[in-house]
Amino acid sequence: MATKDTGGGQQRSGRRTDQTDEVEVDESNASDLKERHEKLSEDVDSLLDEIDDVLEENAEEFVKGYVQKGGE
Amino acid sequence: MARSTYADSVSVRRIMGAETEYGVSVPGQPSTNQMLASSLVVNSYANRQATGSSRARWDFEEESPLRDARGFELPREPVVDPSSPANEDDLGLANVILTNGARLYVDHAHPEYSTPEVTNPRDVVLWDKAGERVMAEAARRALSVPGTMPVHLYKNNTDNKGVSYGCHENYLMARSTPFGDIVRHLIPFFVSRQVVCGAGRVGIGVDGREAGFQLSQRADFFEVEVGLETTLKRPIINTRDEPHADPEKYRRLHVIIGDANMSEISTYLKVGTTSLVLAMIEDSWLDVDLTVDNPVAGLRAVSHDPSLRHLLTLGDGRKMTGVQLQMEYLEQARKYVEDRFGTDLDSQTADVLSRWESVLVRLEDDPMSCSRELDWVAKLAILEGYRARDGMGWDAPRLQLVDLQYSDVRPDKGLYNRLAARGRVDLLLDEGDVVDAMTEPPHDTRAFFRGRCLALYPQQVAAASWDSVIFDVGRDSLQRVPTLEPLRGTKDHVGELLARCPTALDLVDALAGG
Repeated sequence: MATKDTGGGQQRSGRRTDQTDEVEVDESNASDLKERHEKLSEDVDSLLDEIDDVLEENAEEFVKGYVQKGGE
Repeated sequence: MARSTYADSVSVRRIMGAETEYGVSVPGQPSTNQMLASSLVVNSYANRQATGSSRARWDFEEESPLRDARGFELPREPVVDPSSPANEDDLGLANVILTNGARLYVDHAHPEYSTPEVTNPRDVVLWDKAGERVMAEAARRALSVPGTMPVHLYKNNTDNKGVSYGCHENYLMARSTPFGDIVRHLIPFFVSRQVVCGAGRVGIGVDGREAGFQLSQRADFFEVEVGLETTLKRPIINTRDEPHADPEKYRRLHVIIGDANMSEISTYLKVGTTSLVLAMIEDSWLDVDLTVDNPVAGLRAVSHDPSLRHLLTLGDGRKMTGVQLQMEYLEQARKYVEDRFGTDLDSQTADVLSRWESVLVRLEDDPMSCSRELDWVAKLAILEGYRARDGMGWDAPRLQLVDLQYSDVRPDKGLYNRLAARGRVDLLLDEGDVVDAMTEPPHDTRAFFRGRCLALYPQQVAAASWDSVIFDVGRDSLQRVPTLEPLRGTKDHVGELLARCPTALDLVDALAGG
């Protein structure tokens, strides 16, 4: 999984390649995994729609304005 | 017999608690004085505790935060530091005790909630979650103060601009346990436990400048292995030793390395597995050496690799991932409880072990399958969703906003809270119990006595602290009731006494006479 920047939008194709590799190794496991990931991905789509509705507006300004002082 | 001192032969059990500093902001008002905003929040809640208008103050008499576990005391510097605790006292910053036995106060520039003392991991989760609800309610009440802007509160650990604030765990341990054993066995455990209990963070480095996702909010802020500091040169093992109890019998292990968790399962595993490891250390059970080379660098490297493949090098030359290192501790814990308890294992210890094993096995196999249980995975699933759908890079402000808003304590705005409301994460607690825990103390520690006194005699409690309750019953001097033993003052111990004392005067007289 690309958790450092490898360029936006690469994620889906990257994941597909991983799964193809696994099919060659163990077909039943990989198809289970694929099914699970597809279900997860459908689920995530509906989740994102919901999160879109509650996310603060103007993300850039909002995160820039979140400045804390030290604690502990 | 260390374990039976406070554990009733139950290995995840011990006296413990958690203290969490919340991030505070007033959107659109970056110049807001955060001490004042924090005070507003705390006062808004404290002034309207359901049980009365009295404001019992915190009693600092027994506090010595500069005492060191290694056995010496640092001089308190006579410098004028506007953020030092001493000056905060002078400013009269809000600092109150709640009827659930918790402490709600302003620490530096953050509202902070310390759970009451509890005896088991599930109860840490319960009173910690109650603290989130207290914070949400406090911010809601602050809105009714004329002329104030909405104050937002976040249960996270960094502003991604170089500043971190803590979520500290506290565990009472047997004083007789050599501190060197604690250091040796806990450092590798803390380097690796973030694979389970990391809260997830967008941004690498203290100021988050490098784009990317990491497991932990805190890892980048730790610089040394052992030390007393909590704000500079943060140590993996903090040596603050201030037991708020009999120091001959107990030490308090003050753990500063953990992330503040929203997920109940993350918090449960964080304190449950740590308590188990401490039991093994106290019992001198661990004879394996899991020492990690260069643990500070290892801590960061594990955090920076959500694929969980980074290999740590152990002192004996073995290489293993963070998950594998956790499995070593799990295996030791399995053997330990089998040896000590056999089939008599209590249900909570068994539950902690089985959930720990389950997540470790799945983290090895398919980390995303833990998205219902672990904060960092739940957060990463949302972030990866955005990246896939909208083609975002890790430096996208929207992803940073998701990271921040995940920990927003408001039920309608906090992303974790939205996941929970939609049944998308696994819960440990019943929400009704959480609401009760906002006002009700645990029954099985001295927090019961403290909390019930606040509820029953709000006008007569002049001050309280972890180890005392001070009454003003109209006599010449204040009446101080010490509560030095955490396992006394329980419902079994004082429930009946409190029930037959309609006033604080009755109680003080009964205690003096009895």
